Amino acid sequence: MLVIRRDLVDAMVAHARRDHPDEACGQIAGPEGSDRPERIIEMENAERSPTFYRFDAAEQLKVYREMQANDEEAVVIYHSHTATEAYPSRTDIKFANEPQAHYVLVSTRDPIEYELRSYRIVDGVVTEEPVKIIES
Amino acid sequence: MAVTVSIPTILRTHTGGEKSVSATGATLAEVIDDLENNHGGLKARLVKEGALHRFVNVYVNDEDVRFSGGLEAQVKDGDNVTILPAVAGG
Repeated sequence: MLVIRRDLVDAMVAHARRDHPDEACGQIAGPEGSDRPERIIEMENAERSPTFYRFDAAEQLKVYREMQANDEEAVVIYHSHTATEAYPSRTDIKFANEPQAHYVLVSTRDPIEYELRSYRIVDGVVTEEPVKIIES
Repeated sequence: MAVTVSIPTILRTHTGGEKSVSATGATLAEVIDDLENNHGGLKARLVKEGALHRFVNVYVNDEDVRFSGGLEAQVKDGDNVTILPAVAGG
């Protein structure tokens, strides 16, 4: 189960809406081993594409160093789908390299109602998990 | 030349769980060959058909090696090599 504060959910959705129709991507860091997302980092989608995303490599290194210095890890890795449901695509599964992370998908295909779901992706196997939102 | 190589979580099965290991070489290609000698299986995760795998980022210090020669990038004694799988999808 993903337990996450309301303001972090709102921030992911706002980021996804802002970048629509391109996919938005980012991560939420938390203390190593805590499984508690705390600090949202909006990442540049180097692909600037409505169907693909990739963290900008230079920014990824900078953020990785920051997280190491803070004893943090990526608790959530999120991105948006702008024309399809919030379910991992074949490429999402192929490139999922963080078995400890919650993969959060936000769909912005409906201009009013968003869809936000969370998954574990381990060795090509997708397992959806409940999302518990804590009012902040 | 001895360098320190940071290993991402997903590849630590090849290093017995170690987050960073030492390796030697004058170029990134030599460093990767040396890694392979001590941590079998790593090379195939990094190199495909004689080039760096498209979805693996490798940095020497702060430089993405894509812009400094790829596998032929030079390394110096004491450099830090960081491997980060691309975070990507569709």
